[in-house]
Amino acid sequence: MSTTVAGEANKQRISMLKVLNPFHIWALGVGIVLVGEFMGWNFSVAKGGAYGSLIACWVIGLLYTCVAMIDSEVTSTVAAAGGQYTQAKHIIGPLMAFNVGLYLVMAYTMLAAADALVVGDLMTSGAAVMGHPGLDPKPFVVLTIAFLAWLNYRGVFMTLTLNFVITLIAFVSILVLFIAVDPLHQGAVLQHQALLTDLPYGWIGVIASLQFGMWYYLGIEGTCQAAEEVRSAGRAIPLGTMGGMITLLVAASLTWFICSGLIPWQYLGQATTPLYDAASLLGNTKLQLLLFIATMFAAIASANGCINDASRAWFSLGRDRYMPVFFGAIHPRYRTPYRSIIFLVPIAVAFAFTGLLDQVITFSILSGLLGYTFMSFNMVKFRKMWPLGSIHRGYIHPFHPLPAITLFILCSATYFATFLGYGSSLLSIMAFYIVASIWFTLRRYKFVKRADQFTMPWPRPKGY
Amino acid sequence: MDFLDVLSYLAWGVAAILLLWIVVDALSVSKQYDEEFLMSSREGEEH
Repeated sequence: MSTTVAGEANKQRISMLKVLNPFHIWALGVGIVLVGEFMGWNFSVAKGGAYGSLIACWVIGLLYTCVAMIDSEVTSTVAAAGGQYTQAKHIIGPLMAFNVGLYLVMAYTMLAAADALVVGDLMTSGAAVMGHPGLDPKPFVVLTIAFLAWLNYRGVFMTLTLNFVITLIAFVSILVLFIAVDPLHQGAVLQHQALLTDLPYGWIGVIASLQFGMWYYLGIEGTCQAAEEVRSAGRAIPLGTMGGMITLLVAASLTWFICSGLIPWQYLGQATTPLYDAASLLGNTKLQLLLFIATMFAAIASANGCINDASRAWFSLGRDRYMPVFFGAIHPRYRTPYRSIIFLVPIAVAFAFTGLLDQVITFSILSGLLGYTFMSFNMVKFRKMWPLGSIHRGYIHPFHPLPAITLFILCSATYFATFLGYGSSLLSIMAFYIVASIWFTLRRYKFVKRADQFTMPWPRPKGY
Repeated sequence: MDFLDVLSYLAWGVAAILLLWIVVDALSVSKQYDEEFLMSSREGEEH
């Protein structure tokens, strides 16, 4: 066991291992998201038609590019587990930090539950195809969560190395499918000219499709959670995050191109596994099998990344006493936030056993969206409090404050889109966070050691 | 009992073993190490 001596003599301190490189960061970000290319994004087609979905893909792509740029700059400076929670704590204040921490834990835990549900459903579908209908998905849901929790418990390096391998296989499967549809010869396999129509519900349909456009990229901001475990945060976080964003823009565009050229929009908008369905239409069994495995891998990679991120966010809340300090413990051998990992397992299983995939995903998306909205304010304040040159930044994003303003405008449009489709969910989630904020202010904040939570070696902020 | 029933029971069994292993290990760590040490990490520290 290796520990470090800090401060006074004989006072040993433990820390998480700094073993990750930019590829692990890429695997964490893309791994969480890529399942959205295999399922979910296509509900945007039901709202706005095929072209509406493409517009949503690129508009929301712009939103997430702003998120990735802002995250890369702030996290390359605030290199600590907790990601956006830690950013909020240092830049805005404790109440915002508590809320952001809660958004992160809820978003990732629910997404992990939804991913495990997908694995269970795929097992059931696979068994039915092999002539064994009626397989119970529950044991496979629990096994997915248990195995990934065990892996996360045993160490971050192996966890994210596995994520890198299975995410890469899933991404390559999209490239293989793209080549298989013979994209250079329109009409040979792809039928865009026959299948693409005008906007079926006009521009309001396009706006409504923005909510599901988030599936193309939801979770890329999770790269920040690994900031305390990378060898060089200033290098690995920007490289991994921006590289991941480029990968996702390519994957999203290819996915739309393949599916919209093979499947009529009326069907595509309701398909459960559109990429697998597209492969099935080609009549190539090997390709079908590849896409089945890739869908499974994408769901597992997403659940794996989500367990990693949710536990880091919960750990950070515990370490700062925003939640019981018990959760701020690190395993002496594996150097992982092991109590947080264990604590979130029954919660993820409980969410998964509700079977309410729609509601679980909607809660997850809205929690993510609340986090992105905060980031626009956070960035403006960060540059005001610590202008360029006052502290070391591993990465400086260009055109400030344009990305922050764009992010805020696009988040507002997506709130409106969500209100159109899931108004009651939006309002109930807002109510949940308001109640949680009141609880934190009245009952929890008194336990926070205010001086201890600010540990960055930064100069006094401008104007203070 | 067909193959898929066996697979389901196997999945329950492996999940239970993994979760049990985690919990037992966590309890043994709590016994072996001082709580102050386990919770001694600080954000932003370079090691």
